[in-house]
Amino acid sequence: MIHSLFLINCSGDIFLEKHWKSVVSQSVCDYFFEAQEKAADVENVPPVISTPHHYLISIYRDKLFFVSVIQTEVPPLFVIEFLHRVADTFQDYFGECSEAAIKDNVVIVYELLEEMLDNGFPLATESNILKELIKPPTILRSVVNSITGSSNVGDTLPTGQLSNIPWRRAGVKYTNNEAYFDVVEEIDAIIDKSGSTVFAEIQGVIDACIKLSGMPDLSLSFMNPRLLDDVSFHPCIRFKRWESERVLSFIPPDGNFRLISYRVSSQNLVAIPVYVKHSISFKENSSCGRFDVTIGPKQNMGKTIEGVTVTVHMPKVVLNMNLTPTQGSYTFDPVTKVLTWDVGKITPQKLPSLKGLVNLQSGAPKPEENPSLNIQFKIQQLAISDTSGAPLSSLAAVDLCHSRFCREAEEHASLFSSLVSYPSLHREGR
Amino acid sequence: MSAAPAYSEDKGGSAGPGEAEYGHDPASGGIFSSDYKRHDDLKEMLDTNKDSLKLEAMKRIVAMIARGKNASDLFPAVVKNVACKNIEVKKLVYVYLVRYAEEQQDLALLSISTFQRGLKDPNQLIRASALRVLSSIRVPIIVPIMMLAIKEAASDMSPYVRKTAAHAIPKLYSLDSDQKDQLIEVIEKLLADKTTLVAGSVVMAFEEVCPERIDLIHKNYRKLCNLLIDVEEWGQVVIISMLTRYARTQFLSPTQNESLLEENPEKAFYGSEEDEAKGPGSEEAAAAALPTRKPYVMDPDHRLLLRNTKPLLQSRSAAVVMAVAQLYFHLAPKAEVGVIAKALVRLLRSHSEVQYVVLQNVATMSIKRRGMFEPYLKSFYIRSTDPTQIKILKLEVLTNLANETNIPTVLREFQTYIRSMDKDFVAATIQAIGRCATNIGRVRDTCLNGLVQLLSNRDELVVAESVVVIKKLLQMQPAQHGEIIKHLAKLTDNIQVPMARASILWLIGEYCEHVPRIAPDVLRKMAKSFTAEEDIVKLQVINLAAKLYLTNSKQTKLLTQYVLSLAKYDQNYDIRDRARFTRQLIVPSEQGGALSRHAKKLFLAPKPAPVLESSFKDRDHFQLGSLSHLLNAKATGYQELPDWPEEAPDPSVRNVEVPEWTKCSNREKRKEKEKPFYSDSEGESGPTESADSDPESESESDSKSSSESGSGESSSESDNEDQDEDEEKGRSSESEQSEEEGEKKKMKKRKKVPEGQREGSSSDEGSDSSSSSSESEMTSDTEEEQVEPASWRKKTPPSGKSAPAAKEISLLDLEDFTPPSVQPLSPPTVVSTSLAADLEGLTLTDSPLVPSLLSPVSGAGRQELLHRVAGEGLAVDYTFSRQPFSGDPHMVSVHIHFSNSSDTPIKGLHVGTPKLPAGISIQEFPEIESLSPGESTTAIMGINFCDSTQAANFQLCTQTRQFYVSIQPPVGELMAPVFMSENEFKKEQGLQGGR
Repeated sequence: MIHSLFLINCSGDIFLEKHWKSVVSQSVCDYFFEAQEKAADVENVPPVISTPHHYLISIYRDKLFFVSVIQTEVPPLFVIEFLHRVADTFQDYFGECSEAAIKDNVVIVYELLEEMLDNGFPLATESNILKELIKPPTILRSVVNSITGSSNVGDTLPTGQLSNIPWRRAGVKYTNNEAYFDVVEEIDAIIDKSGSTVFAEIQGVIDACIKLSGMPDLSLSFMNPRLLDDVSFHPCIRFKRWESERVLSFIPPDGNFRLISYRVSSQNLVAIPVYVKHSISFKENSSCGRFDVTIGPKQNMGKTIEGVTVTVHMPKVVLNMNLTPTQGSYTFDPVTKVLTWDVGKITPQKLPSLKGLVNLQSGAPKPEENPSLNIQFKIQQLAISDTSGAPLSSLAAVDLCHSRFCREAEEHASLFSSLVSYPSLHREGR
Repeated sequence: MSAAPAYSEDKGGSAGPGEAEYGHDPASGGIFSSDYKRHDDLKEMLDTNKDSLKLEAMKRIVAMIARGKNASDLFPAVVKNVACKNIEVKKLVYVYLVRYAEEQQDLALLSISTFQRGLKDPNQLIRASALRVLSSIRVPIIVPIMMLAIKEAASDMSPYVRKTAAHAIPKLYSLDSDQKDQLIEVIEKLLADKTTLVAGSVVMAFEEVCPERIDLIHKNYRKLCNLLIDVEEWGQVVIISMLTRYARTQFLSPTQNESLLEENPEKAFYGSEEDEAKGPGSEEAAAAALPTRKPYVMDPDHRLLLRNTKPLLQSRSAAVVMAVAQLYFHLAPKAEVGVIAKALVRLLRSHSEVQYVVLQNVATMSIKRRGMFEPYLKSFYIRSTDPTQIKILKLEVLTNLANETNIPTVLREFQTYIRSMDKDFVAATIQAIGRCATNIGRVRDTCLNGLVQLLSNRDELVVAESVVVIKKLLQMQPAQHGEIIKHLAKLTDNIQVPMARASILWLIGEYCEHVPRIAPDVLRKMAKSFTAEEDIVKLQVINLAAKLYLTNSKQTKLLTQYVLSLAKYDQNYDIRDRARFTRQLIVPSEQGGALSRHAKKLFLAPKPAPVLESSFKDRDHFQLGSLSHLLNAKATGYQELPDWPEEAPDPSVRNVEVPEWTKCSNREKRKEKEKPFYSDSEGESGPTESADSDPESESESDSKSSSESGSGESSSESDNEDQDEDEEKGRSSESEQSEEEGEKKKMKKRKKVPEGQREGSSSDEGSDSSSSSSESEMTSDTEEEQVEPASWRKKTPPSGKSAPAAKEISLLDLEDFTPPSVQPLSPPTVVSTSLAADLEGLTLTDSPLVPSLLSPVSGAGRQELLHRVAGEGLAVDYTFSRQPFSGDPHMVSVHIHFSNSSDTPIKGLHVGTPKLPAGISIQEFPEIESLSPGESTTAIMGINFCDSTQAANFQLCTQTRQFYVSIQPPVGELMAPVFMSENEFKKEQGLQGGR
């Protein structure tokens, strides 16, 4: 299946290679570089490249390319999914998935890759098992290791791999038993020039951080499970139970993981909490244009809209922009022609706006179409599925209504649930 | 060499503080001698007795390997450490060995004995890791040793070792393919393995070694289907993909008779008729039967596969979802394929690489099954932030989905795309508009007008692309569009893109009779600039000249000759060739007159309009989701997806000796095996198969569930059990847990401290269940079923009802357990009465209290005992009041609600001869004299369920009739409220915590 893996940074250095079968020469990556050059943009490098003797399947994550070499037929998603799992594991272990982090921990990386694949077929990919096999580096541990000469490799071989619950490591013990659930919902909307919604959908995830001892068996039920139109589960969730009762029942992995992700059926009734007034104009036969954008809250349900950022891809003829924001700060990159305006919080008393002049390349024809605006923002403590007109009736609670513990002989746990929601909106000024 | 300094940095990082004493090598890269010296350094470290030094050295070596540097000269020094005690050193040595053993085969042999020893280790994990490394060393000499090790490991007691053996099979096969026969034997053995751990890996080995040996799957087919949901994600993908191929060879196409099915709903009768028709004198019938073949009935095994893969559409892994999607696309009847659309659309929210692959597959599917994705049209709308390759794929899907009804919206969307700044994307959009126009006649003119408008676009690429598309559209109906051709002719002055110029020239030539005045002028201009044109334009100039010469030789004869002369001396041989050819054809010469007479026919023959097709058409002959499909070319090792067989092969080959596994009548049992880990909760909840939407199985499961839920379980599981302790632990702890919960309740019940009634908690579900069960038809002889649905629907309540137990633990969620909607139903008076009752003590006479207590619960938690249709007008519901029965403290009091919906009074209601299981006793309610029409009343009876969930069966008699009814208590109802002070509670809570 997967023959080799090359990690390549943005400047085209191959800084790590790992082979699970016979060694494949680095030169195979030349085909990849060729494709990269052709694509101009990192995002447009085709994920699957066919070369005379191999196939290259690559992903782009955190400014790194993970290029895997395949020799025979294999479902491409299988490889892509695996590569993302590798990147997730690095993230989990080192806090970030960057070139520096990987280089600093090259031995651990190598040990991880060794465990994750055997002869090109995934062996142990669950983070709980891996963490038992290879301990993640911490400052304390590296100090201890250097003094005692002990190692990162667990001396007890993990038993989780052998159990029927491969995602949970054995013998977990906490003095404070806690479980946190973050409900994150996002609206993703396309809005046309006049402000009407072309398309909007709500996507949500429940991320959990479980720190419970032993083998806790949790169940989580929803106020209105019918809202969840399409759900995908972590393997720990008992599917049958969900099918029959709409209750999430599971023995969780230890630590952070994504419990479910779902889509809310809302039939375009999504209320978008902000509006944008925009007037962008370019004068014919002159080298300047006007730019004026104002953002305001629509129905914010008494919550503040935070972390607002506006990104605009300006047309190629734009040379520079002289703008004055009433709030926040802006940057314009003359090379990529991207305008980024970091607004921050919106207060209804004083609406943030960004006004000014646009310098165009002289002589060039004026751009015929205004650029599209991308707006991102967050609202804490609000679930959009709640406000979308969907049948949640008068209940003030968010989807997550109660959690219950089935106890084992000696386990006892308290539960704190924190509910954070986080919509992000994608607006296209058309 | 640029890598060298970077390496020395990272070496510093990875080596950690301990490295300082050995120091950095100042010239670690470049000069050979120093390189050599550094390795000496490492060798020295490896030769010491200190583990920490060895570890340090190994870390540095592994870092070198990771960089792709050659560390092979250290082999002898490293291989000595293979038997090192330190586990990390050992692991790193393994890493090194696997990397370099192939190059240093002789030296690698030194390590073999260590692994052979490891294979005999009592610890399963050490056995497994020894086998893993041994099989990863690609040294042909040790093939016999590997073979032996694999064979032994395949019958190891530990499933983990067996899994490793499965992994080792393809390794050995790639090393020495002569071992195939022996390896197939091992695969066959491992395929029979019943653990989920092994299943994925062995199927992977099967796919790599002997994918053609489909006969090995027969016996294991059903087991694989049933295990599937518990196999890890990677294994699932491989198994699903293999089963798709298997199903294609073993079952009949579900779509073959689909049209027939729609026409002829009584198809089922057809088969028997056919047999009779064989008799004499009914040739007609025989003739009719002949083309219809046998009626299609889906093989139960085929159904099993479809049903067991469906839940996996909700997997978090995109690869699994895609695998199921392709399985449904290739195997499911048309009506069922639709379920995959939603899941695939969900994947569009994932990483862009995933989107790319999924969209490719959706594009192929949407050509064949357009209806499937139509509801999700908007999900394929393009965002300005999408990468271009994604945009173009989405466009492809949108175009495929466009039809008469949605075309206005699609075109409106396309209009906004045309104004995008991404020019490649705009060009693709124009192409897409062209395709919509050809496919949907109604909008052809609108599209054409739109495209003509684009001709005045400022961007040349847009114009050029429009010209090319317009050319194709015009070919369909040239007559009406003389104007457009004129407009295009004018563009030749400005437009520079060769493809567009060539298209215009071709159009003018082809339809020169529509533009008789302009055409010669265009030729004149082109002749002037001929030498400066691109090749493709030159060819079209020659073409135009020839056509004009044939239609209008008076005006263009000289021009044509001029062009041909220019072309004769062109640098490109194609053009020279074409010129020579054309000249011979059109200019009549002395000898070759025969052809030139037909020249007009040759050049101006009516040409069929091009069909604008998706590039994804017919891609579905590759298995979807495969690499070959993505590349649209056969990848190495691709297994062709076979066509459906004409005749189904013998289905009995899949029968397994174990009797209970044979046919679908035992599906229920197989289902339970399916989830060894989860089966406890499954059994408890009874037939949770509602998901299956398979009517035939539902009725079976209903009738079987109760008997199987508890008892059959443990025995069926024990087959699966192996030596693995943990597995067992995990499972038993689960089952204990539920028992334990039950026990706790019993304990509480014995205390018999009544508290106020716990009303509510489940009013929602209760009313839900009663209403839905009243929908289902019931006849008096299916009393079993009558209660069944109610009891398993009741499964929702227990989660709420066992709340009191849970409540003690998590005080935080107090109010969550009682849905707010119920609160108004419980007036404070009731609470106070019950509180008063608590304080009073134990005995509470129900006669005065009952009415007030009953009122709040009247709507809540009702279960149906007798449906009014079955009861001939008498409807009976029951609720558990969760109070001790006054007469006997061991009894649970059950409120029975009678209502008469017939138009005659019902007289003499009483309980008739109960047939009770051992231990269960009933305290009958006093006979109800008469119940007049429309009236309802309530009675209380006590049942001692003896702390079991066995049903109490008894007869309900009226003067005229007897009805058999049964009450089965859900676990949660066998309890009584407990009252305790705060301190007591805390004490209890402390005890529960255990620490």
